[in-house]
Amino acid sequence: MNRSSSKLTRNLIALWAACILVFMYLPLACVALASFSKNRYFRFPIPKYDTVWYSKAFDSLTVQGLFETSLSIALLVTAISVVLAFFGSLAFARFDWRGRKVFQKIILLPIFFPQAVLGLALLLWLSSIGIIPDWRTAVFAHLIWIVPIATLVMSIQAYSFDPALEEAAFDLGATRWQTFREVTIPILWPGIFSGALFSFLLSWGNFPLSLFTTGADQTIPEWLYAKMVSGYTPLVPTLGALTTLGAALVLLGGYAIIVFSRGKGAK
Amino acid sequence: MASPAAELESRAVESSSRWAEFRAWITQPGVLCSTPVLLLLLIGFLAPLLVVVGYSLMPPRTFDFGHVPTLENFISIVNESYYRSFLWAFGLACITVVLLLIICYPLAYGMAKLFGHWAHLLTLLLVIPLFVSENIRLFGWVLFLIKRGVLLGALESWFGIGADSMLYSVPAIVLGLVYVYLPFTLFPVMLGISMVPRDVTEAARDLGASRWQVFREIELPLAMPGILIGAMLTFVLSLGSLAESKILGGQAVIMIADDIETAFTFGQNWPLGSALSVLLILLVGSLVLYVLRRLDLDEILGRR
Repeated sequence: MNRSSSKLTRNLIALWAACILVFMYLPLACVALASFSKNRYFRFPIPKYDTVWYSKAFDSLTVQGLFETSLSIALLVTAISVVLAFFGSLAFARFDWRGRKVFQKIILLPIFFPQAVLGLALLLWLSSIGIIPDWRTAVFAHLIWIVPIATLVMSIQAYSFDPALEEAAFDLGATRWQTFREVTIPILWPGIFSGALFSFLLSWGNFPLSLFTTGADQTIPEWLYAKMVSGYTPLVPTLGALTTLGAALVLLGGYAIIVFSRGKGAK
Repeated sequence: MASPAAELESRAVESSSRWAEFRAWITQPGVLCSTPVLLLLLIGFLAPLLVVVGYSLMPPRTFDFGHVPTLENFISIVNESYYRSFLWAFGLACITVVLLLIICYPLAYGMAKLFGHWAHLLTLLLVIPLFVSENIRLFGWVLFLIKRGVLLGALESWFGIGADSMLYSVPAIVLGLVYVYLPFTLFPVMLGISMVPRDVTEAARDLGASRWQVFREIELPLAMPGILIGAMLTFVLSLGSLAESKILGGQAVIMIADDIETAFTFGQNWPLGSALSVLLILLVGSLVLYVLRRLDLDEILGRR
């Protein structure tokens, strides 16, 4: 009796999980659906399907500019955040030092903070020291939020690090730099890679921080928001679907690389 | 009685030993590795917050620091009923947290204890939407809920049922908050539940505890760190949310982040916006510090 009741629980929870998955993907499906509508204004059922807005999006110079801004910000954020978060995660999880517990909590503060307020505070701070915001200040703003997250992601890998491996390398006569390059980095590699993936994607999709810190430049999420609030164009669902697709491809590609390299490592 | 010279000498020894201690501390690899991140947060997190505090004490509608500090902004927050947007944000955040804990607990339990390998796939599928800009996802809800949108359009043309759109109302905002912050509750709760050892629950069942007793006296307390993190994260983020009330709520309700944004942009009243931010930061900060003090991160993130 006990077994059948626990099986029932399992199935009920599985059903619940399916409902939540539908709930999570429903709005994305709506955006994708709307992107194939030919009409200027969305209505359902869609009278006529067409890909005309996709070709318009690819031809548009505005879209190209938005894409370049978003991509430059995301790439720069990824590069800087990987380096900072790598050392941060060593301090977070690998070394024992006085102050580590406090450091761990300081790292969490920017994550547990409303981003819109952080963006405004940064805007105020920049203007009070006389810096005019543009896409480069947005890189800085993204880093404040993304470096802590990347640090956490990498720390999970760093926790499983066995210090004896580094010590063994030292004992066998490796220099500090050799140990670092040949032992530390390869072991932490999966964590570094996931951290980079997170940094890129979170920067790519970020809206509240960009809104206040890009100045005259505009990222894709910002442009979409501006057009949603006023001046709707059918390019909104199209571009929304395209950037979602881009993010999904990057994520799945990254995941495939992790799975593949893990499989190779096991052999 | 020690001579002055001896005392001076012992002080010198003490200070040099303190200096040596400090040097020993500062050259630890952990300290060195943490420095870049800490510097970043010092200039990018602490400094902006201090600037906000500074501005909140300036007279209304000024744009620099060259004025006598005043509490005028805080007084006008109380007098001009700005506290209303605070109450709305607070109330909506509470509702969101409660709903999400109820929604997420069974799923988190399933993912931590029942689904085995499927849990990985489920995690991946639930993480993907996190990387899509939240205003695109909220816009998807607009398309779903709007008059002649996916829901109402389908109801009308397929079943002949006409209904009013629920868009631009308080329930729509709650829907948006629940939707956006679901993963922020789910994953910490899942982490918390996976910390409950299976032996302990089984032992309790063998000793005759009912399912409800196991839940209340074993699972819930042991999973509490994760539940606390999830609840706090959701509460704090929905308290400061902007896009949900703007995109799904129309002008139905003004939440605090809305008021802050308006004060900075259309209102051109930086000191007022700063004062509102300071109150929000105090609320968020005291809650976060209170919860963080009780948590051991090594235990949660799996240090051996």
